Amino acid sequence: MKLYDVTDLAVRNLRESAFRNSLTTIGIAVGVASLVAMLSLGIGLQQLASRRLQKSGLFDTVVATSRRDLRNFREQREDGPPPANSPALDEGARQKIEHLPGVVEAYPDIRFVTEVRFEDKPHLTMVAGVPFSAKNNNDAFDGMQGSFFSSEAVPEVILQRSFAEELLGITPKPGADSTNIAELAKPLLGKELTMRYAERTELPSSVEAAGGAAYSVVSRQQVLKIVGVTDLDPESMRGAARARVFLPLKLAQSLHVMQPSDTRDPSFSGAPTYPSISVRVKDPNQVPAVEDEIKKMGFGAFSIVDATRSMRQFFAVLDVFLGIFGSLALAVASIGIVNTLVMAILERRREIGIMKALGASDSDVRGLFFAEAGAMGLIGGAVGVALGWTIGRIINFGTNIYLERQHFPPAQIWSVPAWLVLGAIGFSIVVSLLSGLYPAARAARLDPVQALRYE
Amino acid sequence: MDGSSQSSLAIRTENVCRHYQMGQALVRAVDGISIDIRAGEFVALLGASGSGKSSLLNLVAGLDRPTSGAVIVQGNNLAALSREELAKYRLHAVGMVFQSFNLIPSMTLLENVELPMRFAEVDRHEREELARQSLARVGLGERLAHRPMELSGGEQQRASLARALINRPKLLLADEPTGNLDSRTGSEIMELIHSFNQSLGMTVLMVTHEQALAEKYAGRMAHLADGKLIDDLPNASASARPGGAL
Ligand SMILES: Nc1ncnc2c1ncn2[C@@H]1O[C@H](COP(=O)(O)OP(=O)(O)OP(=O)(O)O)[C@@H](O)[C@H]1O
Ligand SMILES: [Mg+2]
Repeated sequence: MKLYDVTDLAVRNLRESAFRNSLTTIGIAVGVASLVAMLSLGIGLQQLASRRLQKSGLFDTVVATSRRDLRNFREQREDGPPPANSPALDEGARQKIEHLPGVVEAYPDIRFVTEVRFEDKPHLTMVAGVPFSAKNNNDAFDGMQGSFFSSEAVPEVILQRSFAEELLGITPKPGADSTNIAELAKPLLGKELTMRYAERTELPSSVEAAGGAAYSVVSRQQVLKIVGVTDLDPESMRGAARARVFLPLKLAQSLHVMQPSDTRDPSFSGAPTYPSISVRVKDPNQVPAVEDEIKKMGFGAFSIVDATRSMRQFFAVLDVFLGIFGSLALAVASIGIVNTLVMAILERRREIGIMKALGASDSDVRGLFFAEAGAMGLIGGAVGVALGWTIGRIINFGTNIYLERQHFPPAQIWSVPAWLVLGAIGFSIVVSLLSGLYPAARAARLDPVQALRYE
Repeated sequence: MDGSSQSSLAIRTENVCRHYQMGQALVRAVDGISIDIRAGEFVALLGASGSGKSSLLNLVAGLDRPTSGAVIVQGNNLAALSREELAKYRLHAVGMVFQSFNLIPSMTLLENVELPMRFAEVDRHEREELARQSLARVGLGERLAHRPMELSGGEQQRASLARALINRPKLLLADEPTGNLDSRTGSEIMELIHSFNQSLGMTVLMVTHEQALAEKYAGRMAHLADGKLIDDLPNASASARPGGAL
């Protein structure tokens, strides 16, 4: 029989006992839906986790430092040129690093301890410059109160939660629920604070000739507007050196704030150097290569080893388990197919006998039952994917309502990639065809003489 | 497989047996029947209920295989054919009609008549035209879209005849085609079968209970009893009918 006729007859037969076949197909759909929901949850969680890890900057950042600071240490710990001959970590070095393959951006770490006045009360804290790109790739700024800096060099600040608490005079009791971040931010957003800092200014060359320091230090202050309060720590990798007040990096650079490294290099008179440069790499896998390149240039470099590898392994195992549980429902559904088709054989005994008497071959009859199983698999698979997709959406929606109540940023914990859609439908068809094997063989072997004997 | 030397021989059975083992008992449904039927003959199989008429017909139809002996149709020994080859044989070489019509209830008449052409992989457009013609020939040209249940018994049997002939077989096997019909409708069917026998030169092997019908239409009457051929006579009265009824 031609493929058209096989499908045509199969669809007719499915419609003949539409109710029963619909129930069977719904069974398959539920099985596929559970499989899709389970796997999409696994994939979604995996994507969420790797996004978080990537945005934490833990695994795609290399920190480059100047080895000149090491010159006072006797022992030569690392290979490369002796510290005294190592190049300066200045703007030229930054640009060279930024042009290394695999590097997305390289920006100087500008950080200093200084006094910040708010409502005439002084507070001492670490201040750091934040590159404008952090808006999109540091998730500490994703769910924060207020907004990110309006442009690259505006006099605006973002405060870390603990500093906001300090400004408001709140001391969180250990064990007690922390204050709601939204309430914390409300009285602060839009207010101004004044930052005092020491500016490093170059001296005219005549003075330099007289010997001694080539620069002088002038005390200045800068008024800054509070635009945001973040709950998460944007500098989780910094440990104790974490800053609690964040300025736009361009602004911080233009202030020429006196850096700790300046005092350690009193003879240095050229362009200002950076204590360290943060290098963001496109792909965590490229981190070791970039680190090597930076070391070859004569700088120190360090990074945190890629932990995503073990995470991916964990999720692979999780996906297998979720897949097995999801497939259980499909396995039950496949028994439904066997049952339905065996019943259809009993019901259509006479019809099969007639078709054989008219000249239908075993393979014609077998093909017909196969096609019916396959069609139920196809329809069940498609409906199941839609159902699973909906279930996933609902779970995602519910989770996000919960997250919002707990004042967490929304998260996409569920994902249905195209391969999952096609794979699930394909899997459903394969399972259905396997279920159709026995009924089809039984129908093909039916003895027409027996089937046609009068009841 | 070469039938040229006996080109006039349509069916030959050689001591054919079909036995059923029923627990301890052995049922000899067909028990050593040898019969030759020439091409174009109209043979009636007569006998009491349970005498083995249907069993013999099924063997000739290739629906069943003999326990022993041979069934040779148009030079082909059916016992030597594979299941697949037997299906091809049924598809192209024989047309069958049954007492209970055996139309598929979920299909319209047109679809029922088209069905054997689906198995024969006839082109879709071609086969619809052929099915229309075939139904028109048995007087059902206006009932194409009707389902079997909407038709009288006689109309159903005519549709079933149209279906049996759709792949142009040389052999028509009929198992009590008038058994479920009143005598007037039965005669209509017999006239149709007779006309196919006369005009198309089709060989007809027909099982019937009714001696009178056999005498009126058949050229030869074979009597069975307990699976054995007890009587095989040419029909004097039928040969007296010149050129058939139509
Ligand atoms: N599958 C079977 N198993 C056991 N016995 C069978 C089987 N098929 C037929 N028989 C027996 O074989 C014998 C012949 O049956 P068959 O149907 O050929 O008779 P028949 O002449 O066509 O009768 P009827 O006129 O009632 O149709 C009967 O005794 C029947 O019981
Ligand atoms: Mg019978």
